[in-house]
Amino acid sequence: MIEAEGVYFSYPTGVEALRGVSLVINSGEFIAIMGENGAGKTTLVKHFNGLLKPSRGRVRVDGVETNKVSVAKLSKKVGLVFQNPDHQLFCETVEKEIAFGLRNFGFPEDMIAKRTDWALNLLGLVEYREVSPFMLSGGERKRVALASVLAWDPDMVILDEPTIGQDQGQKERLRQFIIQLNAQGKTVVIVTHDVEFVADCHPRVILMSQGRIIADGSARNVLDNLNVLDKASIVPPQVTQILLELADLGLPRDVIDLYEAGEAIADLLRRNR
Amino acid sequence: MLRVLDGLRFRRAFSPLHRLDPRSKFLMACTFFALAIIFIGILPLTLIFLVQIPLVLVARVHREWLRSLRGGAFLAVLIFATNFAVGCFSAGWVVTWDVVLYSTSMAIRFLALIASFSIFFLTTSPDDLGLALEQARIPYDFCFAFTTAIRFVPVLAGEAQTIVDAQRSRGLELERGNFLKRVRNYVPVLIPLIVGAIRRSMEMAEAMEARAYGARERRTNLNVLKLRGADYAVILASVSVLVCAIYARYFLAPPVL
Repeated sequence: MIEAEGVYFSYPTGVEALRGVSLVINSGEFIAIMGENGAGKTTLVKHFNGLLKPSRGRVRVDGVETNKVSVAKLSKKVGLVFQNPDHQLFCETVEKEIAFGLRNFGFPEDMIAKRTDWALNLLGLVEYREVSPFMLSGGERKRVALASVLAWDPDMVILDEPTIGQDQGQKERLRQFIIQLNAQGKTVVIVTHDVEFVADCHPRVILMSQGRIIADGSARNVLDNLNVLDKASIVPPQVTQILLELADLGLPRDVIDLYEAGEAIADLLRRNR
Repeated sequence: MLRVLDGLRFRRAFSPLHRLDPRSKFLMACTFFALAIIFIGILPLTLIFLVQIPLVLVARVHREWLRSLRGGAFLAVLIFATNFAVGCFSAGWVVTWDVVLYSTSMAIRFLALIASFSIFFLTTSPDDLGLALEQARIPYDFCFAFTTAIRFVPVLAGEAQTIVDAQRSRGLELERGNFLKRVRNYVPVLIPLIVGAIRRSMEMAEAMEARAYGARERRTNLNVLKLRGADYAVILASVSVLVCAIYARYFLAPPVL
């Protein structure tokens, strides 16, 4: 469980990135943090594993205040996967890359081997075990980065922009994967601009703008609220837009995914027949 | 570490100093440099340091300037300590007034050097600097490499910070272990940084070629540097101060200098 209480944060350059953010993330929740560029999304999640400490206010992870414990200790609980895999890959092989975190956390050798195998399998990277991460494609590198964090099995997983540079097939696999992780009881937080991806996942959505939270609720309640979406420079999913245009025909205003939209349209047609 | 670089970072602003031609400003910085090298006494060195303060105030870069001095202060202390130790040692382990004076003046000399170049870099845009090099008939490829290098320092610093964050999130503890271990802790930071820099330079080269870099042998510039009245005044002042200083130091030779 993560609790943020009136968190303010300013970078040394003077930019005030967070201006009083309060929220509670319960264990086992699935959350998407959305908002315009520079809204403070990444700054906020960097507080969750202690990389950044609030200038004012406080952040607690499982009841422990983040400025009382080391980043390493917090990271073992809260796995943060950065947006760009090139900012972390450095080993000769994918296998060593995945084992890096496990070694840092002091797992015994047999455990390292076991967990590395597990993570390679989980993300379909077994065939690349001995390959240099630098030889892989962008999407594969992203998967290695993800595997290298999931390997130590953190209770909470935070993914910063997981869908960037992924094609549709990979996005769908990622979605399945996230939902599976969440179903296993992990807290999952994604930071993203990808409104269609969020609409397909139905998480709790936290909308940020200019360092503040401007909306917090189910995907259905946030993604069809044109007022707040506009403030955060986000357009609603395309199906929502179409159905809103056609609302006078009797179509619902709170549909965000394709499946439901199909049902609603079929309903309407049946009624009018 | 990065704080020192902060004191060298140019921010666009308007002041008489910002408007000076980079060449005359460079001559001024070099004059201060030469003065600080010529003199040894604590009095003239302090004076050289102090006369730069009005310049800083005119250019309104005092905050950044102080930051670079603070960055240099550590080295100045180190210089003082080394001179002091060596001085005491050669005098047979006695602390003499001379040694204290000499060590202090060496530290002040260092600060005066930093001060002058900090003023130069804080008030001169990288573009102007490149232009000045170009007009000094240095091949454009070198000028371009030079200005690009300066421009990418903050970018690289930002990237280094992100990489450190990413690796700390994977349990890396930079400050842990003995000296050798600590040096080795930086490998996971340096490799992505270097790979990224190389990749970026390749991409940049391609982007440049795509925009017809080097299509013409003789380049022309939209802005051409021209010396104005103020520049001639600065040049004249610098040269005369330098001549007077050399005369005073080597021909008048008062014992305290």
